[in-house]
Amino acid sequence: MANPSAVCNGHLHHHHHQKQNNLLKSGISKKNGITKGMKKNGVSNGTLYKKTFIEHFEQAPMYVAVFTFVGFAVGTIFGYLRDFMRAWGLEKRNIAAEREQQKDFVPLYQDFENFYTRNLYLRIRDNWNRPICSVPGPQFDLMERVTDDYNWTFRFTGRTIKNVINMGSYNYLGFAETDVNALKTVTIELEKYGTGVCSTRQEMGTLDKHVELEKLVATFLGVEDAMVFGMGFATNSMNIPALVGKGCLILSDELNHTSLVLGARLSGATIRIFKHNNMQSLEKLLRDAIVYGQPRTHRAWRKIIILVEGIYSMEGSIVRLPEIVSLKNKYKAYLYLDEAHSIGAVGATGRGVVEYFGMSPDDVDVLMGTFTKSFGAAGGYIAGKKGLVDFLRTHSHSAVYATSMCPAVAEQIIRAMKCLMGLDGTTQGLQRVRQLEKNTRYFRRKLHEMGFIIYGNDDSPVVPLLLYMPGKIGAFARRMLEKNIGVVVVGFPATPITESRARFCVSAAHTREMLDTVLNALDELGDFLHLKYSRYSKSSHPELYEESRLELED
Amino acid sequence: ACKTEGILILWIIRLLFSKTYKLQERSDLTLKEKEELIEEWQPEPLVPPVPKDHPALNYNIVSGPPTHIITVNGKECINFASFNFLGLLNNEKVKSAAQASLKKYGVGTCGPRGFYGTFDVHLELEERLAKFMRTEEAIIYSYGFATIASAIPAYSKRGDIVFVDEAACFAIQKGLQASRSNIKLFKHNDMADLERLLKEQETEDQKNPRKARVTRRFIVVEGLYMNTGDICPLPELIKLKYKYKVRIFLEESLSFGVLGEHGRGITEHFGINIDDIDLISANMENSLASIGGFCCGRSFIIDHQRLSGQGYCFSASLPPLLAAAAIEALNIMEDSPDIFQTLRAKCERIHKALQGISGLKVVGESFSPALHLQLEESCGSRENDVKLLKRVVDYCMNSGIALTQARYLEKEEKCLPPPSIRVVITVEQTEQELDKAASLLKEAAQSVLN
Repeated sequence: MANPSAVCNGHLHHHHHQKQNNLLKSGISKKNGITKGMKKNGVSNGTLYKKTFIEHFEQAPMYVAVFTFVGFAVGTIFGYLRDFMRAWGLEKRNIAAEREQQKDFVPLYQDFENFYTRNLYLRIRDNWNRPICSVPGPQFDLMERVTDDYNWTFRFTGRTIKNVINMGSYNYLGFAETDVNALKTVTIELEKYGTGVCSTRQEMGTLDKHVELEKLVATFLGVEDAMVFGMGFATNSMNIPALVGKGCLILSDELNHTSLVLGARLSGATIRIFKHNNMQSLEKLLRDAIVYGQPRTHRAWRKIIILVEGIYSMEGSIVRLPEIVSLKNKYKAYLYLDEAHSIGAVGATGRGVVEYFGMSPDDVDVLMGTFTKSFGAAGGYIAGKKGLVDFLRTHSHSAVYATSMCPAVAEQIIRAMKCLMGLDGTTQGLQRVRQLEKNTRYFRRKLHEMGFIIYGNDDSPVVPLLLYMPGKIGAFARRMLEKNIGVVVVGFPATPITESRARFCVSAAHTREMLDTVLNALDELGDFLHLKYSRYSKSSHPELYEESRLELED
Repeated sequence: ACKTEGILILWIIRLLFSKTYKLQERSDLTLKEKEELIEEWQPEPLVPPVPKDHPALNYNIVSGPPTHIITVNGKECINFASFNFLGLLNNEKVKSAAQASLKKYGVGTCGPRGFYGTFDVHLELEERLAKFMRTEEAIIYSYGFATIASAIPAYSKRGDIVFVDEAACFAIQKGLQASRSNIKLFKHNDMADLERLLKEQETEDQKNPRKARVTRRFIVVEGLYMNTGDICPLPELIKLKYKYKVRIFLEESLSFGVLGEHGRGITEHFGINIDDIDLISANMENSLASIGGFCCGRSFIIDHQRLSGQGYCFSASLPPLLAAAAIEALNIMEDSPDIFQTLRAKCERIHKALQGISGLKVVGESFSPALHLQLEESCGSRENDVKLLKRVVDYCMNSGIALTQARYLEKEEKCLPPPSIRVVITVEQTEQELDKAASLLKEAAQSVLN
């Protein structure tokens, strides 16, 4: 089974290769694609993956890169011009200034640091920090805001834009809802417990609710024990330093989230970066680390830990878990998996990437995740063997110095998890997971057909659509809002400077009509703004070219 | 002449064709040797085993809300351990505001502030906090610890200098570590020591004026120190600020809602113009009985965090029900400013009552609602001290007063405070209860320590 699909994969999806950072290379050649595709999904890897692993990172044609650089250059020149005019008083200075009494202090900000913020970000900053005034479900209400001075200040007109389709909030399973029945238990617990806890876990802050939640999380994931924390970001930044220290090695993916990077830096261990989802790069680093030991002294490393994420939120790619686990077992390293976006969103029953690849939770040493995305609450967890969790209960920075989770929020997670596990007596949880899968596939397929460049895995509900040019970022977001659709656009520094993108988050709560509205709007806008860069748009009649089906139906 | 040039050319040719040296001798290990090294290498276990009787593993479990009467490990006690200073944890108005917000917004915000995670409640809370503290702007974070730990690295970078008090709390220490700046510790509340460090820095500056012109300097202090229960001498600090041109960051987690006539913190307590402090950071988890934290100050300073505060940009925003609860708590604080006087009176009362316990000394100001009780004489090792204090705490818990020991990460703290029992005073405690607690502690000390 592995063999024919590998050949077919190489043949059909010829844009199946690792993203190259050097955009100046001319596009993709078919030959390159086929050989690389075969190497990646060849026989040796085919046995690890139970289903086909399809990821796309198509490169745009050369002229796009050229125009992107030109766009930034124009923006920069105008930026210098504006700064010059402001310095000489020809233009009004709208920026807040230092106090008179402190003018002779060392300046707090370097002028150059803020150049990008002042001159490029400011022009289009009306597309971020948009305030909403309703639940962040599949549709929400935005507060209308206008600017009288080109985005220096905003004011609210008092009107709300109603029923804007929400393609930006992390609401994968649709648990951000205000249905009275759904929130019944949360209302009761809020009445009983109040909002705060006013103490840390180790002092007087462990409530019976936390114990209940931790047991439930452990059962949900199929591990021995779990511990919950009040903030997802802090879960990483406060627990990685407890697990590793000086003399340990951290191998971290290129595109890891800021919280993982901060946790790794605070731990004091040595950090080495491997190319995004690239197993050869990781293996080379592992071999070199064990063979040559610590730099200069050549002592053996105390331990090696690999930090990866389940789904990468800017790329939409899924981690190559089977290969990483086999590498980790071979070289005796430990694996820390951050499932912030993947828990609840992938897997047949929403158990995350571990279930998606058909593996056992014992394969991963430290399972970490957050409750913000798929469970509509706040906070994070770390789960694994009992020894690990006991160690964290005693040595985690969060357990000793930070307040524990609000009990009403804990109840929301409990009810969402019970729904997912089917413990509330309905099949609603499973339906949500299926609906998300259907929506994801439909949305991605349609976008491919229309000819947009989409990054990421076919099964990931995070869909980045590439815009490339800085001018299009602002235009895209504003015009989508005019059509009553709220999207998220990201540029530098969250993404490489030439790869600005719009990122859609598909939700189980989106109906087919909502997705069709969005797709039609994207179609129009794509033609208007010339965003359909893909040279490999699939036709809408796959049976005409899907050779695999013809082969098997001999 | 020809000869030397000829020799030179031959020499160059020889160099061009000779083998180049590699600085790292990566070529002397064969594949077999590498495989052997990989086979032999044994890592440490991921986590060391934790003994079953580790004090932190046997933590208290509270059934029900941690309010004035608290059920700890099945026993009902009076709560002297939760930082619920103004008693707002159980307040009906606060709870109904949270309920209304729950009905309207659900629980989570499903996104960071930049991507549709900004709700009108967040904007309202920021406005109200700025107005209450009489500053231009405020910014809220979704977790108290992350507030100061994200604020410091946003301004202070590698090469900058930070003067910080020895008794600073762990969140400040983590913020300083993340900033990679030069840290200079001065003795707790010792202005002479701080001045000495500042003078030393001044002489350094004169040696290298170009570098000094771009090195930012900060002083980080707390209003009411969590580890020692006393306040910082703010007027002297302001004088030092203008004399040596250093900016002040003030951490007011314990003093917000406690000190000052209207609860505005230590600046109101000393009557200082709030614009003299560059940044005030506090968490909403003590007096406001909610979750999260905020920073307030002039727009020039606070606005910078909206793009460079890591805990703000890369983390989901505060759930709206907690923000609504905080707004309602602020309303209560503004409407009834006499609770601060009541709290102060209760603190003074118990501070006096706890004096003279044999074997235990009270550490903290008389108006501080979070006191420490430390052993007058240590019995040799920290472990034994902790065990002794645990027996005192257990005695009190069995008789109906819930107390806790102050917990620290012993290996991670820069200046580890001695083991102590935390005593927290709230407005909800009656005078009889305060007296009962004091007499019980006296009894416990008598029976355990003598």
